[in-house]
Amino acid sequence: METLVACLAGFLVSMAIWLMLSGNLMRFLFGLLLLSNGVNLAILAAGRLTPGAPPLLGASGALPPDTMANALPQALLLTAIVIGFGLFAFALALTIRAYRSFGHLEVDRMRSAEPAEDRR
Amino acid sequence: MSWVLALPILIPLVTAVLAFLLRGSRMGDLASVAGAVASLGVAVLLVGVVLDRGVVAGQVGGWQAPYGITLVADHLSAAMVLITAIIGLAVAVWSLAEIGPDSSRLGYHALFQSLLGGVAGAFLTGDLFNLYVWFEVLLISSFGLLVIGGRKQAIDGAVKYVTLNLIATVLFLAGAGLLYGATGTLNMADLRGAVAASPDQGLMTLISMMLMVAFGMKAAVFPLFFWLPASYHTPHYAVSAVFAGLLTKVGVYALMRVFTLIFVGDIGYTHEILLWVSLLTMLTGVLGAAAQSDFRKILSFHIISQIGYMVLGLALMTPLAVMGAVFYLLHHIVVKTNLFLIAGVSRRLTGSSDLYAIGGLYRSAPLLAALFIIPAFSLAGFPPLSGFWAKFVIVRASLDGREWLVAGVALLVGLLTIFSMTKIWAEAFWKAHPDGRQPALAELPLSARWQMMGPIVALAVMTVAIGAFPSAFLDFATKGAEQLLDPAAYVAAVLGEARR
Amino acid sequence: MNSLILSVGARFLTGLFLLFSLFVLLRGHNSPGGGFIGGLIGAAGFVLYSFAAGVEDARRALRVDPRAIGVWGMAIAVLSGLVSALASLDPFTGLWLILADLALSTVLVFDIGVYLAVFGAILTLVFALEETV
Repeated sequence: METLVACLAGFLVSMAIWLMLSGNLMRFLFGLLLLSNGVNLAILAAGRLTPGAPPLLGASGALPPDTMANALPQALLLTAIVIGFGLFAFALALTIRAYRSFGHLEVDRMRSAEPAEDRR
Repeated sequence: MSWVLALPILIPLVTAVLAFLLRGSRMGDLASVAGAVASLGVAVLLVGVVLDRGVVAGQVGGWQAPYGITLVADHLSAAMVLITAIIGLAVAVWSLAEIGPDSSRLGYHALFQSLLGGVAGAFLTGDLFNLYVWFEVLLISSFGLLVIGGRKQAIDGAVKYVTLNLIATVLFLAGAGLLYGATGTLNMADLRGAVAASPDQGLMTLISMMLMVAFGMKAAVFPLFFWLPASYHTPHYAVSAVFAGLLTKVGVYALMRVFTLIFVGDIGYTHEILLWVSLLTMLTGVLGAAAQSDFRKILSFHIISQIGYMVLGLALMTPLAVMGAVFYLLHHIVVKTNLFLIAGVSRRLTGSSDLYAIGGLYRSAPLLAALFIIPAFSLAGFPPLSGFWAKFVIVRASLDGREWLVAGVALLVGLLTIFSMTKIWAEAFWKAHPDGRQPALAELPLSARWQMMGPIVALAVMTVAIGAFPSAFLDFATKGAEQLLDPAAYVAAVLGEARR
Repeated sequence: MNSLILSVGARFLTGLFLLFSLFVLLRGHNSPGGGFIGGLIGAAGFVLYSFAAGVEDARRALRVDPRAIGVWGMAIAVLSGLVSALASLDPFTGLWLILADLALSTVLVFDIGVYLAVFGAILTLVFALEETV
């Protein structure tokens, strides 16, 4: 099961890199989204998968009879997803602003901060 | 004990809330300055405690390490927190003169303070994942600060800054996740033992490479620096001053922490890479600067070349070299911030940052010219200023290590730095203004003059003081380097004596 | 969006979302739930309402600037961590006040702060994006 998830994470990352290399800001963002999801899956798999065993204590704090999931990777993931969401929302807003100012989303043609040729 | 460690993080965050609620009003601006003063007070207290007792650690929420989040301060962390507070106060005062009501209403001061909180958090945390969280806090604040001017150029710079930093973030996250999967802990002191004991050392080296790329991108080292010269010259001057001083140094700090505390199993490999990276970083930075003709762009490229010296100190891994890196880090933050602040005043007086379009500052604003000389020559490494001692120690350490090539490059880069500084001097200060303007400091309103020149004078005095009385600072850096190279005290402070 | 079913349904659903978000917030200490997920659910209610009735109406229904809600949430969360200074414990240590069957704690206050912070932040982002597109 871990192998499968790891392969899926690898697949997501490779798709992400393909998208990010395209030079279009929108595709880059989608790539970034896939990349962070791939990494999140990898972290989940790295924390060992325990299907059907949630990281919960029973009534009055009793330990569950058999296995219990490791809560830490899930907490890490939750944090990472939240942060990723916030960053993605910002990047999306920035993309809209960039589209408004440049009229296109081709990163190669965004040379306002770094002009192609200095005047002298 | 935990409180003196938590307050340097909490005060900026509380100040950010206050500054946001009072945004746009004079009270909001003053709240930011007051918060910066309080941060400075706590930081001084923290340095006092660390000088008194050595490494101190505290647990958030009373959960014991390695299960809870640990805050730790050794000499390096405490000094970095202090210098962050100093820069925070200087730039907070300086922004009063530059940041107009528009940016202030959008929450400039709140973002500025949360950036400082994130930086202090990154310096004080003892937990790798918590370090990631603080990186994000400062990253999101820096995004906001970058676009707050709202000019087209700033949007362009922000696109590159944001995209490349997000990749670094994801790499850091992946590295931290894999490290947890392989060792079962994320507490940095605990990781030291866990990584050394790991049966799969190859995997550990792989993870260390992921973190090296992630931190290297934040620190803007050789092939990963492209976001920096694309964005640092676009926002408000106060913003680029605080970025120049602190952001890349957080990356350097993370590299120093991780590659002295956790990944020391394969020094021959990892630190050899760092050595070459540092060499190329120094060279590309200084050569890039030579090709520029914009005040801030030249300074931005010099950040990169100076980062190379710090990484070089880490790469050599001898007590003298690491001491040099620590000293360099502290000296550089003061000098670089000051240069950007001076660039801001020059822009305000002459109306441009293009060196060919300005001039005449030496005649019309001699005070500014004198104050430029101090950090500029310190950056280039002239005695008796702070930069001389920093470069001297690093070069001496590389000669001791028989690394003739890097020593030569370090000296050459120092010379080329003088070339760039002379260029700024000749164009902005010495030659007459092309339009025949006489931009004098007296043109500024009285309050703005104090708010802008006060911090510059204070930072210049610090530069001179470090240069004139280097022994106290060098002793401090030596102690910091000892703690970095022999982290037994660090581990003991976090995990308790028993697990030493 | 012009849909009769959505605009009629959203009025009821928003209330329901908010109620459920409070339920999730309060059960969070010992069961799945808590401030973060509660804040998400509550924000989802208002996002739905903004889809149905437009951002302007949603802002008016909220009455308070979502940015202010988020910042107050952050303030509450940070202050709840400072209370433990009075008992000279480490920062963010939970303090409990047990009244018969009712257990109150600074942890709950922290969770409420997180709820408000998430609620405010999500709505700030979504409203801003809806207004720019």
